[in-house]
Amino acid sequence: MKKVIALLMVLAMVFAIAACSAKPAANKDFKVGVVLVGDENEGYTYSHIEGIKEAIAELGLTEEANVIWKYSIPESELCYDACVDCIEQGCKVVFTNSYGHQTYAQQVAEEYPDIQVCAMTGDTARASGLKNFHNAFTNIYEARYVAGVVAGLKLQQLIDEGKVADKNKDGDNIKIGYVGAFPYAEVVSGYTAFYLGLKSIVPNVVMDVQYTNSWFDITGEKEAALALIDRGCIIIGQHADSTGAPKACEDMLNAGTTVYSVGYNVDMLAVAPTAALTSPTNLWSKFYSYAIGEVMKGGNFDTNWAKGYEADAVKITPLGASCAPGTQEKVDEVIAAIKGGSLHVFDTSTFTVGGAPVTSAFATDTDGDWTNDADEAVFDGYFHESYFQSAPAFSLRIDGITELN
Amino acid sequence: MHISKRTNISTGKAWLIRAIAILGALIVCAFVIFAIVKMNPIKVYISMFNGAFGTNKRIWVTVRDLMILTCIAIGLAPAFKMRFWNIGAEGQMLMGGIATAFFMINFAGKMPLPILFICMIVTSIVVGAIWGLIPGFFKAQWNTNETLFTLMMNYIAIQFTSYAVSKWENPPGSNSVGIINRSGATKNAGWIGNMFSKGYNVDYAWLVLITLVLAVAVYYYLTYTKQGYEIAVVGDSENTARYAGIRVKNVYMRTMAISGALCALAGFLAVTAVSHTISTDTAGGRGFTAIIVAWLAKMNPFVMILISALITFLNKGAIQIASDFGLNEYVSQIITGIILFFILGSEFFINYEVHFAKSHKE
Repeated sequence: MKKVIALLMVLAMVFAIAACSAKPAANKDFKVGVVLVGDENEGYTYSHIEGIKEAIAELGLTEEANVIWKYSIPESELCYDACVDCIEQGCKVVFTNSYGHQTYAQQVAEEYPDIQVCAMTGDTARASGLKNFHNAFTNIYEARYVAGVVAGLKLQQLIDEGKVADKNKDGDNIKIGYVGAFPYAEVVSGYTAFYLGLKSIVPNVVMDVQYTNSWFDITGEKEAALALIDRGCIIIGQHADSTGAPKACEDMLNAGTTVYSVGYNVDMLAVAPTAALTSPTNLWSKFYSYAIGEVMKGGNFDTNWAKGYEADAVKITPLGASCAPGTQEKVDEVIAAIKGGSLHVFDTSTFTVGGAPVTSAFATDTDGDWTNDADEAVFDGYFHESYFQSAPAFSLRIDGITELN
Repeated sequence: MHISKRTNISTGKAWLIRAIAILGALIVCAFVIFAIVKMNPIKVYISMFNGAFGTNKRIWVTVRDLMILTCIAIGLAPAFKMRFWNIGAEGQMLMGGIATAFFMINFAGKMPLPILFICMIVTSIVVGAIWGLIPGFFKAQWNTNETLFTLMMNYIAIQFTSYAVSKWENPPGSNSVGIINRSGATKNAGWIGNMFSKGYNVDYAWLVLITLVLAVAVYYYLTYTKQGYEIAVVGDSENTARYAGIRVKNVYMRTMAISGALCALAGFLAVTAVSHTISTDTAGGRGFTAIIVAWLAKMNPFVMILISALITFLNKGAIQIASDFGLNEYVSQIITGIILFFILGSEFFINYEVHFAKSHKE
């Protein structure tokens, strides 16, 4: 009986503590809704969660008082329900983080004109004509270009040391590989940027691209990387979310094959301490703090937001120990050039399509047939990526790159 | 201590036992919540309630989900009453959904609305009936294992759905069909929308009405018709049925076709009255949850509504706890699990009596 009483007293105390511990927040009424396709266990969503957390801390908000999280929301009407639920709980701005959420987010934006709705990585905000519907992306291609430079310096070192074997060559050209998720513009834009960055250091390279048709497939990415290594590729880049490709490179490197890896999103040094050079990565917090900050002030934010190094919205992860000497200096120089506007990633003087320089390319697909048909993006000597809309638009297949599947 | 089977128990007493079970579950959960997450259990329960009924929208969402769950369970009832373990509701539902979406996407604006609806309903019923008939036929002819058979049919249906999604994806590359007929000339074509209001998914009164009609129809079919009686006899004893001159094979096939068709109708409703889209989430595991519903309700469609309500409430509550207290959903699923365990366990005390003998001399 004593125990029961003791337990009851403990419970009573807990009630009392719980009642007292509610602390006042500065902006208690301002709420942000965050609708996520996964949870913190999944890399892509994790980077968004971190972005939101950093942004609200910067703005003096707290998670408890100001953020309503919706985890593991599928790309179905449940996304609409989640957004509306956020709004009913007082959210002034709602973010959805997956591409497939977009159609439901747009539905919500139409019905709640006073609420700002943003479909991250989406591409229909501009065409929708809604003032309160937004898309946002980072200029990750800039970081991919820089990662390409890192890989190029490594390749130059390998050439100088005589470690490039005949099987790594196709005629006079050295072979590199790339593991891509899907043949979408987002991936095409990314691998082209990577290739051009590498080519700016080592001009005689050709690249093979192997698609996995999945954003996250450890085994598939590993297999794709092994197939590319088997073809003689000496550097493996990637646009897919797992650690499969860097792990494959690490294993092959340890087994005596010369091959190095450039990852994506997260630092790959944990799985590939010698093979990993760096990974381009997004810093979503820059966008989130801008967008949330504007709404807090009672304003609105850009319909399409896409920024890279100029806003510190992208970066490459710390360089691996295998990187060539002098890499950091070169990286800083390239980043400064990108920031200063003297270097454009898709400079039309650096690549050709079908043997001829590119003088015209459209950026927007208005009829959904996978072919861009509006918005001339080539002017002032370069392709203006993410200029008309935040989503990547560069989908030219340039010379020197072969898609294997 | 010994246990004996109860011969009869008053309805009042049975419900009293169930109520005690739920109360017991809540108390055990309170301790678990306190032990694991050091939180005030009352607050957690209030949060659960809020999750299901906190706002007008949430009430409708809860009602909507419980109605769809009831629909599937109603579809399972004929098969289960026959002791035919149809765990293929997931697939039958998806096939109905695909048929519905097919007409919504391809024929909206090309035929008058009533005809469009007739096409959607008829094809989904036919497709679902076929999807149910296949395992029924094999069971009747060669006595194949229906559990495995219907389970495998689910996987085929899921792949079919993925194929359909990739065919109809909108916008291209999204790997999702999006809201079908969301705007433009065919706006809301083929939707069973709101009864009282305008807009997307505001109220679900039509869905409630249709589900209630289905519940009455299936209850009548199982309780008062000759076919319903045949199902019960086959379920109790196949040999007795044969002896009584019931053509068992026909009953198997007919009942499975009906069960499949009803589950497909649930898929039709999920697409046309709820999501207005199709994806593998259209079924989303509810075909399996419905088995628990049908079983706990002892195949009574009206009790199914109650059980579905409880399960949906727990589910919504669990999601809300996760969001309110920054837990991940697994903790809330533990709570749901404990409550379901107690409810299932209470059936034991309803069916059996436990006698305690203080000192029993030989």
